[in-house]
Amino acid sequence: MSDTLKRLYDPLIDQNPITVQILGICSALAVTTSLDTALTMSAALTVVLMAGNVTISAIRRHIPTSIRLIVQITIIASLVIVIDQVLQAVAFDINRRLSIFVSLIVTNCLILGRAEAFAMHNPVGPSLFDGLSNGLGYSLILILVGSVRELFGTGELFGHVVLPTVAQGGWYAPLNFMLLAPSGFFILGLLVWAIRAWRPRQVEKNEFAAATAIAETNRGRT
Amino acid sequence: MIDLFLRSIFADNLILSFFLGVCTFLAVSRRVDTAVGLGVAVIFIQTITIPLNGLIYSNFLIEGAWAWLGLPDIDLSYLKLIAFIGVIAAMVQVLEMFLDRYMPALHRAVGIYLPLVTVNCAILGGSLFMVERQYGFSESIIFGLGGGIGWALAIMALAAIRQRLAYADIPDGLRGLGIAFIITGLMSMSFTVFGTLHFR
Repeated sequence: MSDTLKRLYDPLIDQNPITVQILGICSALAVTTSLDTALTMSAALTVVLMAGNVTISAIRRHIPTSIRLIVQITIIASLVIVIDQVLQAVAFDINRRLSIFVSLIVTNCLILGRAEAFAMHNPVGPSLFDGLSNGLGYSLILILVGSVRELFGTGELFGHVVLPTVAQGGWYAPLNFMLLAPSGFFILGLLVWAIRAWRPRQVEKNEFAAATAIAETNRGRT
Repeated sequence: MIDLFLRSIFADNLILSFFLGVCTFLAVSRRVDTAVGLGVAVIFIQTITIPLNGLIYSNFLIEGAWAWLGLPDIDLSYLKLIAFIGVIAAMVQVLEMFLDRYMPALHRAVGIYLPLVTVNCAILGGSLFMVERQYGFSESIIFGLGGGIGWALAIMALAAIRQRLAYADIPDGLRGLGIAFIITGLMSMSFTVFGTLHFR
């Protein structure tokens, strides 16, 4: 049981798809200007990830290795088309604001990455679980970034006023910068820093120190 | 036309204002020479696939495209995803074989990056933007070329900065991914300023 629990918790922080595996960043930054688009995107991605993992894992023994990428992409693209059509029918307004990013789930490296790394070698049950937990890890980052950007950019959360803005007679002057592209990069960079300060195991090794150490040992040898 | 070209390089830069292709952007930007190889590959593929996808979309998939067969009600535009990704994967293959046969030197330089390009969101995103913004054929060529150059420019700049950063003393937690994000944010800020320029 502890093994299953570990598999569920790991992708949340320790193996987070965005901050550690560096997968699926494009959409994570683009849809986080408000919380409802971030949530819709997370839900869409998690569903595609689970369904894709299950499908690919179910037919993994029948996929020839040489054309596996094309097969995987076709399966994922079909699932994304379904999700896109469902969103257009159910939540047309949000789908409009997500623009092309729902379609771009096809090339989201997270889905192909998990299919290739996990679903191709594991049975259906664990693959479903892997899809769910990686989807949750991705959603966690999206929701964090999305709530920071919407709260400080507009003073609202889900469209409800939290910090009354000056324009509405309140005291909060909204930071319009939060709604522009650069702030997405900054917030994600700072988030990575925060996580690594909390979990120092994720810190990347110092390339320069490693290089000088090698140079030192070489010099000692000669 | 010039306006569209410059906009797609600077103000509407695919990475820095639309976040397309950030995964490859961060993964392959540790060294300048690999960044140049990937950048060139992206320019090639963008310039070929965007106009090609535009032709396929407007001739086969858009609503009413089959009217000449007496089927005016058929709307295949929901198939655009599969069609585009197929075209991109096929073009990458064709380009790889072509380079291998006729320009072996160039193939050795950029060949290994071509497969990476297939799963690069910037390529598919470029095609989807072309549909969403309803560019014509000549506009799509300009947009493809400009978008590719913008992407290549951004990755080369980041790679050059990151190579220098190896000698900088950065706080432990920021090293690697964290600082790359912050640099990209600063680059993105400077690129948005180009949005105020207009060339006609």
